[in-house]
Amino acid sequence: MQAVLLIDFGSTYTKVTIVDLISEEIIGTARAGTTIETNIMDGLKAALAQIPEPVEGWNFIRKLACSSAAGGLKMIASGLVKELTAEAARRAALGAGARVLEVFSYELTTQDLDKISASQPDILLLAGGTDGGNKEVLLKNAEMLSRLPTRLPVVIAGNKVVSAQAADLLRKRHEPVVVADNVMPELGVLSVESARLAIRDVFLTHIIKAKGLDKAEAFIEKIMMPTPAAVLSAAELLAQGYGSERGMGELMIVDVGGATTDVHSIAKGDPSKPSVMLKGLPEPFAKRTVEGDLGMRFSSEALVETTGKRLLDYLGWTEDQVACQLGLCKEDPWRIPKTEEEAKFDVAMGRMAVSLAVDRHVGTLEVVYTPFGATYVQHGKDLTQLPVIIGTGGVLLYNPGASEILQGAIFNPNEPTILKPQKPHFYMDKEYILAAMGLLREVAPLVALRIMKKYVVKQ
Amino acid sequence: MEQKTVVLGVIGSDVHAVGNRILDYAFSQAGFKVINIGVLSTQEEFIHAAIETNAEVMLVSSLYGHGEMDCRGLREKCQETGIGNILMYVGGNLVIGKQDFELVKERFLAMGFDRVYPPGTMPEIPIADLLKDLGITHN
Repeated sequence: MQAVLLIDFGSTYTKVTIVDLISEEIIGTARAGTTIETNIMDGLKAALAQIPEPVEGWNFIRKLACSSAAGGLKMIASGLVKELTAEAARRAALGAGARVLEVFSYELTTQDLDKISASQPDILLLAGGTDGGNKEVLLKNAEMLSRLPTRLPVVIAGNKVVSAQAADLLRKRHEPVVVADNVMPELGVLSVESARLAIRDVFLTHIIKAKGLDKAEAFIEKIMMPTPAAVLSAAELLAQGYGSERGMGELMIVDVGGATTDVHSIAKGDPSKPSVMLKGLPEPFAKRTVEGDLGMRFSSEALVETTGKRLLDYLGWTEDQVACQLGLCKEDPWRIPKTEEEAKFDVAMGRMAVSLAVDRHVGTLEVVYTPFGATYVQHGKDLTQLPVIIGTGGVLLYNPGASEILQGAIFNPNEPTILKPQKPHFYMDKEYILAAMGLLREVAPLVALRIMKKYVVKQ
Repeated sequence: MEQKTVVLGVIGSDVHAVGNRILDYAFSQAGFKVINIGVLSTQEEFIHAAIETNAEVMLVSSLYGHGEMDCRGLREKCQETGIGNILMYVGGNLVIGKQDFELVKERFLAMGFDRVYPPGTMPEIPIADLLKDLGITHN
């Protein structure tokens, strides 16, 4: 046996997965509450103790971890135009697995600085201007940020012509200051890879220690990345395959949580019909979106508010009934549905969250009437032909109504301009291993792929 | 000279792509960095592109006769977004029917455009004008 220990220090649970590289099987999975306040190792030991140890003891050849504990990787991004470099910076941060607290555009104001101080991000991402384009905003914002009272890690990914100069300004106050390639080197060209790597690097060298997660590093080898980055990495591997081992092709992963709903798509999303024109910022092939207002527990109130009548219609309930259930969710976020009514409410909430999160993730089609007839303009990804949707996350995996929840991701003929998958096959990450496989990809990509193909099962 | 940037596009619900390609080629050959935002471009797309790329000029094409409607307010929006002094050129079949071009030109100049070109203008003319407006004495 060649056992590898994979750990996900989650915001709530510490999840462990043990795999055998030889048999390409999962030996065990377990979870226990994350113990960031005391010692992160306590939760890890409690989880590990649940998996029966072989007589000769564990002899892990690798021990790798990812983390979203202690608030995850919190970032603030800034750019010049909201729809262009600010949006590109936001996407780079999301792709790096961050929780994006705020996105600023144009020149930063003193109020913006106050907001930054108040929300205490782990990393700032500073963009603005295409290469050779606008220079003022990067320099002015760097100068403003050098007045912040707190020292923060900063990644610069703006106009290359003034990046070094902006870095010099920032270094007067902040540390480390890393220069990456521009997130938008040319207008309408998205280039997030370099910024993603820089963010991950800062996460490894600075953030883990700042959050007290380094206590675990005496036992494990390394906390390698934020958990969402591990999931995105696993998704990429599963879609694209490795060497001669084929992947599953283009796919989407939906993760419904207590506070947010995450959607990852690994797909090009080119127009599926002829004579459709693509407009707007190109989308990353591996795209992640996070909906902070769509969660089952901590953001349940926002979810009910956003869905409004749709939820009532779906349940066939009155507003009072919904308010009553909502009260229960708020009282005890950890409750598990006991009555049939509660279960029904949970499924309905999940389905609304999935439906809206996928609505926002996919692209849209717009009809433009020209003197020569109607023309179609597509913004974002056309995922109507996407063949595979995978469900993951506690809410879906432990809910008997999971399939019904996932159906929310399907194309709605009444909203034909929202380009959701029309006839996808549903799969479930039954053993909850995607983040672990993203980690395993770092050391044994082929085994990680094969394990996913074995354990991610069709519904 | 430092390469100057131009934003090029066809405004409004207009899908005429051929002239757009020709202008892209001609201005690139003349040494400009062309940011081509293509057909079906809104005023906002012109402005956003010009801000990010620090462009010197917007080259607005309109071939389908609705140019006057589509271009109205562009100068004011530029002023509002901090690029009020950018050069703005417009050309194409700007209006419907056979109207006196001098009157059309006057209307577009009043809207804040710096140069207005009639149908059938060859690219050399706006290129020469642009070099002049930018104070570049060539080669």
